[in-house]
Amino acid sequence: MTQSVTKINVAMLKKLLVFSMIMFGFGYALVPMYEKFCEVTGINNLLQPDVVDKNIKVDMTRLITIGLDANVRGLPWQFKSLQSNVKIHPGESIEVMYEIKNDSDREVSGQAIPSYSPRFLEKYLKKFECFCFTKQVLKPGEVRRMPVKFIIDPQIPVDVSAVTISYTFFALEPGK
Amino acid sequence: MAVVQDVHGHHDHHPSGIMRWVTTTNHKDIGTMYLWFSFAMFLVGGFLAMGIRAELFMPGIQILEPELFNSFTTLHGLIMVFGAIMPAFVGLANWQVPMMIGAPDMAFARMNNWSFWLLPVAGALLISSFFVPGGAAAGGWTFYPPLSAQGGLGVDMMIFAIHILGASSIMGAINIITTILNMRAPGMTLMKMPMFVWTWLITAYLLVLVMPVLAGTVTMLLTDRHFGTSFFNAAGGGDPVLFQHVFWFFGHPEVYIMILPAFGVVSEIIPTFSRKPLFGYSSMVYATASIAILSCVVWAHHMFTAGMPAVGQLFFMYATMLIAVPTGVKVFNWTATMWRGSMTFETPMLFSIGFVFLFVIGGFSGVVCAIVPIDIQVQDTYYVIAHFHYVLVSGALFAIFAAVYYWLPKWAGRMYDEKLGKMHFWLSMIFFNVAFFVQHFLGLAGMPRRIPDYSLQFADFNMISSIGAFGFGLTQLLFLYIVIKCIRSGEKATDKPWEGGSTLEWTLPSPAPYHSFETPPVIK
Repeated sequence: MTQSVTKINVAMLKKLLVFSMIMFGFGYALVPMYEKFCEVTGINNLLQPDVVDKNIKVDMTRLITIGLDANVRGLPWQFKSLQSNVKIHPGESIEVMYEIKNDSDREVSGQAIPSYSPRFLEKYLKKFECFCFTKQVLKPGEVRRMPVKFIIDPQIPVDVSAVTISYTFFALEPGK
Repeated sequence: MAVVQDVHGHHDHHPSGIMRWVTTTNHKDIGTMYLWFSFAMFLVGGFLAMGIRAELFMPGIQILEPELFNSFTTLHGLIMVFGAIMPAFVGLANWQVPMMIGAPDMAFARMNNWSFWLLPVAGALLISSFFVPGGAAAGGWTFYPPLSAQGGLGVDMMIFAIHILGASSIMGAINIITTILNMRAPGMTLMKMPMFVWTWLITAYLLVLVMPVLAGTVTMLLTDRHFGTSFFNAAGGGDPVLFQHVFWFFGHPEVYIMILPAFGVVSEIIPTFSRKPLFGYSSMVYATASIAILSCVVWAHHMFTAGMPAVGQLFFMYATMLIAVPTGVKVFNWTATMWRGSMTFETPMLFSIGFVFLFVIGGFSGVVCAIVPIDIQVQDTYYVIAHFHYVLVSGALFAIFAAVYYWLPKWAGRMYDEKLGKMHFWLSMIFFNVAFFVQHFLGLAGMPRRIPDYSLQFADFNMISSIGAFGFGLTQLLFLYIVIKCIRSGEKATDKPWEGGSTLEWTLPSPAPYHSFETPPVIK
């Protein structure tokens, strides 16, 4: 192999190595890219209030039982709903209250993530106000009551008579 | 280090014994090691497959506990993909690319040595993970979280093994790209390169494009598991679906990484035994390139049931079905090459025709799976298993067999036993179809994959499938025997054992000398 070929080869090697490193970084860049994509397209929309048609009709013939569930993961908090369940007609708006208490002697922040059963409830549950839209910061020993205002879309399949809404508070890193 | 010099040819200065293989930088030695390594891993992965089929022979749990069964399916997939098929093609590239472009060796001979010797380490990690507390990874070869975020030490060993395999593949790919682009013999323009070299060039680009993304994915998984990050961990605000997107961004090009070199092999063999030049050479090149490009924009067809807006499903459905077009061009070209050729049916040709025939079946079931409403039905059933075994076993693996039979006379200087070779082909062909064709029916009837037990209505087809699988597994021992017999006592091969061979390697003596093309040939 002549000297010049070796030189060209090494130049090529460097280019390809740099390209590989860029692609490694691209793997990580996919994370914020997907977040942005979901935010722009409204997929996975957890943090924004829903907009509902004002003239939505209340379906008085049906009554849906909503179980309210509250959990804490990795936080020194107590978290509960003040009613264990409520009954509403589809299309009727309702406000339920939750309570959190910081048991520790330091300031802690957390974010609530909702989950629903059955899973497709997500499509029919319209929330106007929720403590889960923002992070919650609690001072040592602080107690806070927080509302969730929502309706259930009357389009919900007729065979559904009981659903569960669950919130779990996750710890946020200090500073986030 | 005392090195005994072996001086039987004026160029053959290399250490003998084990150190020859450990320190070698010769592309032929390294190619040989790649091929033997991949065959060893093929046997290990095959053993796991036999375990899976033995458990599925009858309904109920007989041999493998469910957790161990899950480890078997997981490691079968990982070992076959990363340990058997990929290294086998890199081995073929090591042997053939320099000889086919008239180069003396690979561009980076020492890096070549290193990228091979990483493999046994990764292989040992994967195999030994069966014996650590908690057992081997059991969440499927795609290691989706949350399962892969929860497993024990075995999962960490798997992650580490994938890091090593990724590094090895990237180095191998860089080496191949540089060799092909910079070291071709004078006169060999890009559009005069043999098709096998073209497919490997494109494959190598795919490798440097997506292997680093896989490395990033497993690194994220590792930091999620041990360093408190939350990329995929829902409990910390991460998203497991994100993993699937990032994984399949690697994973779909990966399946083309495993099939494009197979296309190249078949595009060499069919013209040779049809005694005609390849039909539509340039369309073949463009088809390969467009398959590679399309393969990067179809990843979410693996995720139709993971939750996706309808417009996304439609895009990925149409993009996926579009791949059938360049693939169809290839199949047409192979058929047209055979058309009115004076064909003979030696073992490499048989495997190549078997490849075309069965790969088309796998391709069609792929188009079926691409259709969203059908995919939602067959997702995670045996239909998908049948589909990807038709493209990976009768696709990639058959092409590897074809390549070995085709080039073995050049490598070993001896002919294999044609009768046994044909027997190997026919037994493989029959048992393969017995094992996998019925799995289409099982899948359509709803039998889920990755489950050690099944309901009674699936019993007969599963028994047939298992018998086919055992037969296929045993047949591969015949392949080992044929290769060893050829190397030890095969008839002496001529320099050009195949009348129709037209590429540069056939201008070399058989066996190919340790150093070839030190003065590059001139291509007219």
